[in-house]
Amino acid sequence: MKLNEKETEVLEILEENSRLSIDSIAKMAGISFEETEQIIHKLEREKVIIDYAATIDWRKVEGHEGVTAMIDVKVAPKRGVGFDEIAERVYRFKEVQSVYLMSGAYDLSVVIEGRSMSEVARFVSEKLSTLDSVLSTTTHFILKKYKHDGRIFETGEEDKRMVVTP
Amino acid sequence: MDSSRFLSASVTELKPSGIRKFFDLAASMEGVISLGVGEPDFVTSWSVREACILSLEKGHTAYSANAGLMELREEISFYLDRKFHVNYEAEREILVTVGASQALDLALRTIINPGDEVIIPEPCFVAYGPLVKLAGGIPVYVSSNSNNGFKTLPGQIEKAITQNTKAVLICSPSNPTGSMLSRKDFEKISNIIKQHDLLAISDEIYAELSYDEEFTSLASLEGMRERTITISGFSKGFAMTGWRLGFAAAPAPLLQAMLKIHQYSMMCAPTMSQHAALEALRNGEEDVQRMKTDYRRRRNYFVRSLNEAGFPCQTPGGAFYAFPSIEYSGLSSEEFAEQLLLEEKVAVVPGIVFGSSGEGFVRCSYASSLSQLEEALKRMASFMKRRQHAGAQWKTLQDF
Ligand SMILES: Cc1ncc(COP(=O)(O)O)c(C=O)c1O
Repeated sequence: MKLNEKETEVLEILEENSRLSIDSIAKMAGISFEETEQIIHKLEREKVIIDYAATIDWRKVEGHEGVTAMIDVKVAPKRGVGFDEIAERVYRFKEVQSVYLMSGAYDLSVVIEGRSMSEVARFVSEKLSTLDSVLSTTTHFILKKYKHDGRIFETGEEDKRMVVTP
Repeated sequence: MDSSRFLSASVTELKPSGIRKFFDLAASMEGVISLGVGEPDFVTSWSVREACILSLEKGHTAYSANAGLMELREEISFYLDRKFHVNYEAEREILVTVGASQALDLALRTIINPGDEVIIPEPCFVAYGPLVKLAGGIPVYVSSNSNNGFKTLPGQIEKAITQNTKAVLICSPSNPTGSMLSRKDFEKISNIIKQHDLLAISDEIYAELSYDEEFTSLASLEGMRERTITISGFSKGFAMTGWRLGFAAAPAPLLQAMLKIHQYSMMCAPTMSQHAALEALRNGEEDVQRMKTDYRRRRNYFVRSLNEAGFPCQTPGGAFYAFPSIEYSGLSSEEFAEQLLLEEKVAVVPGIVFGSSGEGFVRCSYASSLSQLEEALKRMASFMKRRQHAGAQWKTLQDF
């Protein structure tokens, strides 16, 4: 759908920080509170805004240190439905965080999050590999996250300016 | 022995900057939210930092040409042409300096004979007057008025012109008010400058940060190129304050004269900063735009919130300063800033340090994170509430 300038502005502000109050968003975009509210409701209704999420560094939370794996999956596409059917069967699993259809050496890139390596391994061997059209899988465990979805996890860039300057 | 007797008269007469005094107080306190900074809160773009690291790895640690790396001067020439439609020849009309600050100093020292007057619309950047004085000249301040958004009125400039007037020093978008002159405003001012055969010094350091209107470079107006020294730099738009890099552009006779002083006093600007600036000009546009979008949103947020909190404030067209009125507090701008700092730990700069027409206002920089701005506004609002009673009394007294 085609968005106007104000709607795009609201989306950009929300993408940067979805916790801002409608009042703050309205002020930043230079439009009224009511109009901002309407824009947000419309974009939610139209599923342009899909969800509001936080980027969390779970490694810092005791008992929550999970593991993430990226799995390259080769599949045999089905007549009529191509890759879509197998993709859906994969993304329906709750362990699966994201699924992308790729060009190149393999077909699907699947990101899995689990509590432990063995949990991920079990998912791959018992659920993913046993799907009909899956030909092979290659699992890569992520050792450390530096940047995720455009967010740098630790920048070390705190404000180093003096308190007052000309 | 009192060693101060060795000081020159011009230095002795110079008053320390009002900002400095305030800085010492603010720096001695902990947990201060600062709206008192005159610099971006962004760290210089990574690609620029990377380019500097690379240049160091390659061993570019020697002096450059006095006027700056030829490559950089060429790039500045393209940049001025591309963005502001002014044409300067890289070889003889562009000088790379140690910040816009040094470019200003050079411009003034190059043109001023003892007793020459320089007209300066105020409120203005704190360095203008002192630099004119240090060059042996006399700053002639022209006050501007909040009713017209602190825009310099051509008529006022004209009134201030005397036989001794040499130049007019103009800054748009302005520090501290953020006000911006339109092309029409500039046309009127430039007509007066031409009529009276004066020189213009145009401080365009905030050119990249103009939010609502297209920026007009004074030298791009008819007949102004030959009588304008354009001053700019990388500090604000490119978030490169600490790199100390700026430039001046002017017709060859003026610029070559500035170069004479520069080569004796400074030799050249830092070479590694020049390499960084090259990258900033070649590939920095996207980052400049990203920062600008961010400032614009914060400006909108901050100015509307200031007005809600009882600080009447016009929407500034550029830079990253808001200049709200503190009239309803019943305090002078210095009292306001000091008490706000001590009671609420929010640093703003008293308007008076930028000239007498800044009285009744404070400079707030919105180059801070939104959460800092939110918190600062909360504290300012509660400070204002406590003062409002006194303010009401003060106001009625004034009305009589
Ligand atoms: C209007 C104005 N001119 C010049 C400067 C100095 O800039 P630079 O860091 O390039 O010396 C400043 C810095 O605050 C400024 O506000």
